[in-house]
Order: sequence, then C-alpha cells, then structure tokens
Amino acid sequence: MSRELFKFKGGVHPPEHKAESTSRPIHAAPLPKKLVIPLRQHIGNPAKPVVEIGERVLKGQMIAAADGYISTAVHASSSGTVTAIDLQPVPHISGLPDLCITIETDGRDEWVAHAPLDYQAMEPSQLRMQLRDLGLAGLGGAVFPSAVKLDPGASHACTTLIINGGECEPWITCDDMLMRHHADEILQGVGIMRHLLGSTEILVGIEDNKPEALDSMRSAAAKLDFAVEVVKVPARYPGGGAKQMIETLTGRQVPSGKLSTDIGIQVFNVGTSYALARAIHHGEPLITRLVTVTGHVLRPQNFEVLIGTPMHTLITLAGDRDGTTGVLMGGPMMGVPMPNLDVPVVKATNCILVKSAELFPPLPKALPCIRCTRCADACPVELQPQELFRFAKAGDFGRAQEYHLFDCIECGCCSYVCPSHIPLVDFYRYAKSEIWAREKDKRAADLARERHEFRQFRQEREKKEKAEKLAAKAQAARAQAALDQAQRAELAAAPAAEGAAVSDTDAKKALIAAALARAQAKKSDAAPKNVDQLTSEQLHQIEEIEARRTKIRELARKPLESEEKKP
Amino acid sequence: MPSPFILDRTSVTQVMAWVLAALLPGIATYVWLFGPGILVTLSLATVTALAAEAAMLKARGYAVKPFLADLSAIVTAWLLALSLPSLAPWWLIVTGTLFAIVVAKHLYGGLGQNIFNPAMVGYAVLIVSFPVQMTHWAGPNELTSVHLTLAQSATVIFGGDMPRATLDAVTMATPLDALRTGLLQQLTVDEVMTHPIFGHYGGVGFEWLAGAFLLGGLLLWALRIISWQVPLAFLAGIWLTAGFLNFFDAGRFGPPWFHLFAPSVMLGAFFIATDPVSGATTPRGKLIFGLGAGFLTMAIRTWGGFPDGVAFAILLMNLCVPLIDQYTQPRIYGGADKEPRA
Repeated sequence: MSRELFKFKGGVHPPEHKAESTSRPIHAAPLPKKLVIPLRQHIGNPAKPVVEIGERVLKGQMIAAADGYISTAVHASSSGTVTAIDLQPVPHISGLPDLCITIETDGRDEWVAHAPLDYQAMEPSQLRMQLRDLGLAGLGGAVFPSAVKLDPGASHACTTLIINGGECEPWITCDDMLMRHHADEILQGVGIMRHLLGSTEILVGIEDNKPEALDSMRSAAAKLDFAVEVVKVPARYPGGGAKQMIETLTGRQVPSGKLSTDIGIQVFNVGTSYALARAIHHGEPLITRLVTVTGHVLRPQNFEVLIGTPMHTLITLAGDRDGTTGVLMGGPMMGVPMPNLDVPVVKATNCILVKSAELFPPLPKALPCIRCTRCADACPVELQPQELFRFAKAGDFGRAQEYHLFDCIECGCCSYVCPSHIPLVDFYRYAKSEIWAREKDKRAADLARERHEFRQFRQEREKKEKAEKLAAKAQAARAQAALDQAQRAELAAAPAAEGAAVSDTDAKKALIAAALARAQAKKSDAAPKNVDQLTSEQLHQIEEIEARRTKIRELARKPLESEEKKP
Repeated sequence: MPSPFILDRTSVTQVMAWVLAALLPGIATYVWLFGPGILVTLSLATVTALAAEAAMLKARGYAVKPFLADLSAIVTAWLLALSLPSLAPWWLIVTGTLFAIVVAKHLYGGLGQNIFNPAMVGYAVLIVSFPVQMTHWAGPNELTSVHLTLAQSATVIFGGDMPRATLDAVTMATPLDALRTGLLQQLTVDEVMTHPIFGHYGGVGFEWLAGAFLLGGLLLWALRIISWQVPLAFLAGIWLTAGFLNFFDAGRFGPPWFHLFAPSVMLGAFFIATDPVSGATTPRGKLIFGLGAGFLTMAIRTWGGFPDGVAFAILLMNLCVPLIDQYTQPRIYGGADKEPRA
C-alpha cells in the first residue's frame, strides 16, 4: 500500500507468542449448565434487571435494560431459568463481587423472536436506541457503549472511521482469527458505521504480524461498493491502542484531555464491527464473543464463547496442565489477574492467559531508579515516567499531576523496559487512586462546610428577624403611649386656658396637670433614647456589626443557590 | 501483582557490565602505549570500591549481595582509576575511591541517589588535596627511555624503593600540562607544539587512547545504553569553545582538534557525563548538560587553575540538573506545544 504511515513515539517489542493459538480453528465452546451474567460489563451505568428469579428466559432475551445514555442492555446467552440475582465474583481488577443474573440453562438453546433490522430505513436515533437495547459495547477492551460512539453529534463530523485490527498485545489472537474467518461480516458492520457516522474515509489498520488477516480483509474490502483501505502497520506494542493507531494512520494526535471525535476521527475494534453486523443483519444481541485461551494449556486456541460461561470450563476445554501459577484476563502487558476461575467470560474478555513459572517467571526484586530514562524512551505518551515515579513515591501528587499523570494509559511499556525492574505502572495507579480519593474527600468536606455555613447564616438571620420584630412591636407600643399622653395633656390644658378667670384653684389645678403632662411627655420621649442619641463610637460599632452581617449573608447566599439547584 | 507480567531482559547489572566492556578497548590501548601500570591502579581501585560498597551497604542495613552484583561500584572504580595518573601512589587511589563510594555515593543515599558523579568527586578531592602526586603520569612508551613491567609498576605504586631518577625517566607532563606550562612561559601555541609529546591531533599515544575511548563510547551508543545527546553536545561544547578562541588568537589558544582528542574528553563525553543518575534526563536537558560541561571544561583549561577541567565541569553541571530538568520537560502526546511552568 502506498499510504504514508507515521511513527508514534516509544513502544516496545515483547515476544509475540501469537502462533500458539492461531494453528487451530475457532471452536464453539459448549453450552455450560450455568451462566453468570454481570450487569456491569461496559463503561457507564450498570444495566437494570428486568427479569425475576424463577422466570424462564430465552436465548437473546433482554434480562437487564440500559440505564441512561451511557449504558447498554444485557441479554440471556441461552435459554433457561433465572436462579439468582445477586453479588457474584466477576473478572475485574478490584476483585470485588458485583451484581449478576445467574441462569440455569435448559440445554435447548431456544432463541427469542428476532429479525434483521432495516437500518437504512430507520431514524438514526431510533437505530442507536436499538443498538443500545442489543447490548453493543466496544470489544477492544474499553467496552464503551457503541450506540454512544455511533452518534456523530451536532458539531462533530466523523469524517475518518478507523477500524482497529492492531491487536498489539502478545498472546492474544481473537481479532486476528475473526479477521481471517469473518472479514465479510466485519466489513458489513463497517458499512453500518459509515451510514451512521457519515464517514468519507475508512481505514482498517492491521499489524504486519497478521498476514492472513490482511489478505482476508483486503479481498473482502475489494468486493465492497464503498472504499475501505486496509493498511498494514508495523507491529509495535501498543500500536493497537486507539490513539497510537490514529497517529500511525493519519499522523494526527488526539489533544490531551479530548476525544478522537474532536478531530473528526472515530475508532472501532474489528470485533465490535462484527457484533454490529450480527445485530443488524440477524437481530442478534451481543451474547457471544471470540476468546483466546492460551499460555500454559495443552491446546491453545480461540473459542466462540457465550457471555457468562465460567472461565474454568474454557481452560478445561483447552487442556489444563499442572504447574499453573495464575490466570490473566487479557494479555501480559495490561491483563488483569483473576481472583478465581469461576468468574464468567464478559464482553471485555478477549483472552484467558494461563500462566506458568516458565512462561511468566516471577519478577525480580526492584532496585533503585538510576534515571536511565529507558522508560521515557518507551513511553508512547511521551511522559517522563522516572519523574512521575519519583513524585508518586514521595507522595507529591500535585507535581505528578503537573507532569501529566492522568495522560498515562497504563500500557506497561515503562515497567517492561525498566532495568531496575520497578513496577512503575503500579506507582501511577496508586497515585491516581490517591488523587481520586482526595478529590472525593475534598468534595465531601466542601459540601459539609457549605452546609455548616448556611446553617449558621440561617440561625443568625432568624435571630435577627425575631429581634427586629420585637423592636418594631416595642416601638409601636411606645409611640402609641406617647400619643395618648400628649392628647390627654392637650385636653387638660385647653379648658385651663379658656377659663383662666374661673378660679385660681382651677387654674392652679390646670397648671399642675399641664406640668405633669409635660413631664410625662418628656418621660416617654426619653424612653427610646438608647437608640436615638448615640455616641459616634456606638454608631461606628453598629456599622461594623451590620457590615459583618451583610458579608455573612452574601457568603450564605451562594450555598443557598446551590442548595436550591439540587433536585 | 498487577500488570505488566513480563519484562525486557535488560537489568542494571547488564547495563553496568556493558559500560565496563566498553572501557576495555581503552584499557587495552592504555596498557599497550603506556605500560601495564594502569592494571595495578584498576585492580586496587576495584578491590577498594567493592570493600567500601559492601561495608556501607551493611552499615546502612541493605542486602549486600544484590547491590554488590549491580557492578555500579566497579564502574565508579574504573572511571576514577582511568582518570588518575597511572603511577599514582596506592594511598591516593584508595583515598579517592573511598571518598567516591562512601561520601559521594552512600552518604547521599546509595545507588540512584547521588547528585554528583562519584568518580569525579573522588578525582576532584584528590587534585585539590594532592596536586603533586596527581602529576605522576607515565609517559608514552614511544617517548620514555625506561619501560616498567607490571611488577615494577606495582612497586612504584605501593611506594617501594625506586630511585628518584627512574621515576623521572618514566613520568612525563601530559600534553595539556605541557601546553599550559608553555603558554604560562609566554610561548606561542606553535612554539609549545614543537615539544615531542604533541602528536597529530592530541598528544603522542594520548590521541590513540582518546580514539579507543571514543570507540567504546560508540559501542554504548549503538547498544542504546547511552543517548547521543550528551556526548555529542559535550564534544560540540569543547570544539565550539576551543574553535572560537583559536579563531581569534591561534597563538594563545590551542587548536580545537587538540582539545577534542584528549583521553579525558572522550572518557568524559561517553562514560562520565552520560552517567544517568547525576545527569539530565530530558532530551533537551541532555543537550544543555553536554554543552555546558564542554564549555566549562574549556573555560577551566583556559582560565582556571588546573590543566584539565572535565571533572569540575561535570560536577558543576551536576549541580544544575534539577533546574535543567524542570525547565526542559518535553511536550507530551496530544499536549499543548507550550508546557505550563512546572
């Protein structure tokens, strides 16, 4: 191919170990007696169960519905009876159990009614809802709900669609085998993606260590009525990472903290494309996938596996051997150790890698970092891993963030090349989790402080309102009293002035009454003296108090607004 | 244990072993052209370094075996030994090695923690404290009348009876020393260079030794044990500074090729300035580090109090490493072109 390729920085060449599992054809794994289907198999909200214990379900029947936009449905992989909806061990790095639906299969493998979808006649949004209900998620590893990724959005035009057949991790061959044997269906899926995204350029990137897959995809692409360029890319880990594949094929980098769609590129794994074709052209939800079972087994090979099949059944099928030292889900660079082998195959399970002491010797003890920067040379994100390590180890998480800790994709290249054998990625995971925990704590503390401040403000406000009310009442009462007194005094003074000549005693009486009235009036005037006639010092103090109050009120207004916003 | 579950085969021990291997052409040339005395120096420095390393590891509560096996102490010992005059007395070698391993390495926290290159600290202590003994350089065989055997060299080094006259017959001023002395006597460069010690590019014998170190250095680069930035920038720093001075006054400043083809420069450029622990880590930082060390070497040779300046230049640049690294952080994948200040 004449296409100009670009080189992403860094990367490593670990031994590939691909040939072990590609010599045997794909086998359909037999139907297990029990399927354990986790509700959280994708990124986003876990699916919500829509069946009950004891209910009979059919193959392909939705057993848990998508919950929200970033979510996707989960289906029964075979017919049978729901026996439990509870916490079960799942293949996750945390090792914590998660909510699963257990189905006792009846061996009949009876399908629910399903039919192809006429996707070209459907509204795009309606089609995406259908795909969400068919449980589609990215099968390359991240298991992001595909319906979301197939929405080009209002502003993003996904002019370039990249189909990722890189599969750069050692040992894993499920994408390779899928491309060898199902190239036509993969490209049917690409046609549907093209329809939804409106892409004008379609590239399929395949590493040069998969010549059979390249041939098969190229001959399938030649039969299409739209242009698909199948590009051979040099094999280098992590060249199958979405960002690395984008750079290799287009020479462009996804800006830090942004998505590839921001530069008009969308990337799907070949397995996702195949699943999409099955969903549209056969109406089948995502209930099976290809899984490579390899490593320390007698017959390494790829199986077509029902989601929910316990992993140990596959290892038995491939021929388990003595001397197993552990099992990984995924490859040796980014795989996750399995807590036990009862855990089910999920949508993200591309490989079950059985370890032995010969294939995976225990890692030697770490020596101090000698700052040789081999890690920096190997880092595909062009970070300075030796500095990140120093900061993470010292607990200087702020500096680690300044040095772009969160751009790390945990590909493991740095740990792989480190001559001191330092488990660098562990330190980055630790630093990231510490930072997340602190952010969470900080948010909780902020919320608590806001609540406390608002409570103080409210108490202050209530106290003040009460005091104002009381003061107003007292003022009114005093004013009324003063008015009464004055009227009485006037009434008493008037006849005295008129009938001055009547008698001296009367005049005297009147004079006394008037004097009394004046004295009374004076007395009532004097009552509010403590607020009317204040010294400048007192006034100043009052101003200060008022200023403090307004400040508190302003402070308290913010939390008040945020509290109002809450549902 | 979380991922990754596989490792590249390279280990610190391997890296150090390759550094030692890359020094062998230089050592062989040394023996061939200057006599076998250097082997005594190398052995004594190695034994002292290993003993000091083991004692310090034990005192600090570390496992002795894995750290001793990393070979880093031997690398330090060899680099120091190759920097010392080949007929320096035994106590000078022991003092320098002890200072390098005990003070410069372990008191700063051991492997990976030393901010200064240990071998260069050892060298600097000796040249400041014992300048006279630091002139016991064996002259090239081509120019000396007496050629010492291995046993005779050992006798000299361990302070055995050796007539003063014989020692004078074996030792000689180095070309850099000769140039410096000559220039101080108001001679021009051309006049000084008529001295028989001066060869085609550097000194007789010395230029071959420089070439052998260069060869070993290129091997390290080919194996990607060292990056190209530091040696190239270091040599460029020397060449540019010397060339600039020589261009303006060829009578008072030596020619750039002469300054470049000194064994100390090649050893410094490929084996000492490339020490990862005490050097800069970023690509641009390595260039600055190398250029700075090259310039300072020339500055010390020209205006300083010592005939050579590689050791002090590298130590001074070691001081600047945290600053250089902080301000030369490279752009990351998908990052903005201008990095925020760290």
